[in-house]
Amino acid sequence: MKNRSHLAAFLVLLAVGAAAIGCGGGDVPTAEDAARPQVALVMKSLANEFFETMAEGARAHHEAHAAEYDLVVNGTRNESDLAQQVALVEQMVASGSDAIVIAPADSKALAPALARAQGSGVVVINIDNRLDAEVATEVGLDAPFVGPDNRDGARRVGEVLAARLEPGDQVAIVGGIPTAFNAQQRQAGFEDAMNAAGAEIVDVQSGGWEQAQANTVAAAMLREYPDLRALLCANDNMALGALAARRQSGRDDVLIVGFDHIDAVAGLVAQGEILATADQHAGQLAVFGIEAALEILGGGEARDRQTPVDLVAAPAEE
Amino acid sequence: MTLALPGRPGGVTLGYRGGLVLVLLGLCIAFGLVTDHFWSALTFRTLANQLPPLVVASAGLTLVLIAGGIDLSVGSVLALSAAVLGVLTVDQGFPLLVAALAALAVGGLCGAINGALVARWSIPSFLVTLGMLEIARGSTYLVTASKTSYLGDRVSALGATTPVFGLSAAFIGSLAVVGALQFVLSRTSFGRWVFAVGGNVSALHRCGVRPARVQFAVFTLGGLLAAAAGLCQVGYLQSADPNAAIGMELSAIAAVVIGGTSLLGGRGSVTGTLLGVLVIAVLQTGLAQAGATEPTKRIITGVAILLAVASDVWRRRRSAEVVP
Repeated sequence: MKNRSHLAAFLVLLAVGAAAIGCGGGDVPTAEDAARPQVALVMKSLANEFFETMAEGARAHHEAHAAEYDLVVNGTRNESDLAQQVALVEQMVASGSDAIVIAPADSKALAPALARAQGSGVVVINIDNRLDAEVATEVGLDAPFVGPDNRDGARRVGEVLAARLEPGDQVAIVGGIPTAFNAQQRQAGFEDAMNAAGAEIVDVQSGGWEQAQANTVAAAMLREYPDLRALLCANDNMALGALAARRQSGRDDVLIVGFDHIDAVAGLVAQGEILATADQHAGQLAVFGIEAALEILGGGEARDRQTPVDLVAAPAEE
Repeated sequence: MTLALPGRPGGVTLGYRGGLVLVLLGLCIAFGLVTDHFWSALTFRTLANQLPPLVVASAGLTLVLIAGGIDLSVGSVLALSAAVLGVLTVDQGFPLLVAALAALAVGGLCGAINGALVARWSIPSFLVTLGMLEIARGSTYLVTASKTSYLGDRVSALGATTPVFGLSAAFIGSLAVVGALQFVLSRTSFGRWVFAVGGNVSALHRCGVRPARVQFAVFTLGGLLAAAAGLCQVGYLQSADPNAAIGMELSAIAAVVIGGTSLLGGRGSVTGTLLGVLVIAVLQTGLAQAGATEPTKRIITGVAILLAVASDVWRRRRSAEVVP
C-alpha cells in the first residue's frame, strides 16, 4: 500500500511538472479560483530523504487547507542543479504563482532570479538554506528567512559529545559537501562545541553526504589516529558509514554523532550506538514557509523566523 | 591485440600488469611516507574489505567493454538491488536469502533489458544504459521513498569475515568472481566470442555465432554482477542508501581502463581490472588517511586516470609500429 501511494505521488508530481512546464499554461488560475492564492514550493533534490519529507509535509498541510491556497511542488534533479532551479523559479512566476517558497540550491546564485520574481510582485520566502545577505542586498532582494539554525543545532549535538570527552581528546569531523552552506554551518557548530570543550580536532574531511564515501574517510581517520575518541558526522547517512568503519576496526570506544534524525538511525540512537543527532522537523519546515507566505499575502508583515531544531540523544549511561 | 598470446585473443600483456603492480607499490610507499600509520595490517584489511563492490561491478563492466559496449547503469543498478534487499528485509520481513535472490534477479533483469535493446535493435549501449541509469535510480527512490534502510544484523551473513587474516567472505568471493571471469575470457569459446564481438565481428559470423546473443549475455551478466556488488555493499555498510554509488560507473570505467582494457573493445582482462580497482582504492584510502582536501583528492585521481589513458594510447601506437 505504502509503495502504491508513492507511485501515486510520483504520478501526481509528473502531472504537476508537466502542467507547469507545458505550453498551455494549464496552471494559470481561472476566474473562479482567482481568490485562492497559488503557492509554489521550489526545493532541492526530491531524491533526498530530507526534502522528500519536507514535500510530504507541505502536501499534507495543503490537503488540510485546500480551500485556502493552491500548491505546486517542484524539486531539482540534483541538490546542486542551480540552472534547473533558476528555470523552475522563472516557470513558477510565468505560471502565475503568488508566492514562491524556496530552499535555494545555492545561497548566492539564486538571488537574481528571486529578485526578478519579487520585482514582478511575487512574495518570496527563503527556507532551509539562507540566502547570502550581501548578494541579496546587491540585487535588491528582501526575502524573509524561515528555517533552522544549523550551526546552533550542530553545536548542541557537539555538546552532548563534549560531556563524554576530556580536554585534549582527539576528535575528527566527517563533513558534508564543502560548498554547501549547511555543511559549513554544521562544521562550524561542531567546531564551536569541540573548541569549548578543549578537544583537539585532528582531521576534517568531506564524506560527500554519502555512506560509502564517509566510510572510507572514517576508516582512514580511525587508522591514522589510534587515539581518536570521536567522529562528528554532518549527516546521519555519513554517521551510518562511520558506524560501519568503527565496527570493522573494532574500536568500540569511539563515539559517533550525526545530524538529521533520519528513520534509519532512530533505533541506533536509542541503543547508544550513535550518541546524538538533531531533528530539524523536515516535515514542518516547508509548512512554516507556506504559512509565512500566506500571512504576507493576507497583509501580514515580512519577518525572519527560526524553526526548531531538537536534539535527539542516546539515553544517559547508567 | 598483436601482442596477444595464441589462444588468448586481445589479452592484456603481463608486462602492463607488472607495471601496474609497480605503480601500486609506489603508491603504498608514498602514502607510507606521508602518513603515520598507512603500513599496518589494519590498513590492508580494511582496504581489502572495502573493495568487493567496485571489484565485482568492474569485473562485469570489463566484459561489456571488451565486447565493444559500455554500461553506465552499474551504480544505479547497484543502488536499486541494495534498495530491494533493504525494503524486502526491513519493511516486508522477508528472509535474507529470498531478499538477496530477488535483488540479484532485479539486477539481472536490468542487465537483460540493456542487453536486449543493444542486441536486438542495435541501439548504442551508451544511450541504452544512460536510460537505464535514470530508470534504475528513479526506481530506487520510488521503492525506498528516498529513505535509507538500516539492516543491522539482518545482513551479518553477507558481511561475514573469514578466519583468513580477518578478510571478509565478500572479498574472497570477489576474487573468485575475478578468477572465474578471467578463466571464461581466456580459456573458453564464449570468452573468444566476447573478444570477437568487440574486435572482429566478421570472424564471429564465419563461426556461425550470432553477436546479438553474446551481447545479450554480456549485458545480463553485467547487471547481475552490479546487483551482487550491491549485496556486498549492504553487507559491509549494514544499510542501504538510495543515493549509494552515484557516479560509481565512472570509478568502474576508470578502474577497467587503468587495468588495460580498451574503451574501443576487443582487448582487455579482468585481472588487469582488479589491479585497476586496487590503484583507485589505494589512492582513495591513502589520500583520506593523509587528510587530503577534497580538491586535492579529485585532482590527483583525475591525473591518475589521464596517465593510464595516455599509457594505453602509447602502448597501442607502439604495438602498431612494431607489427605490420
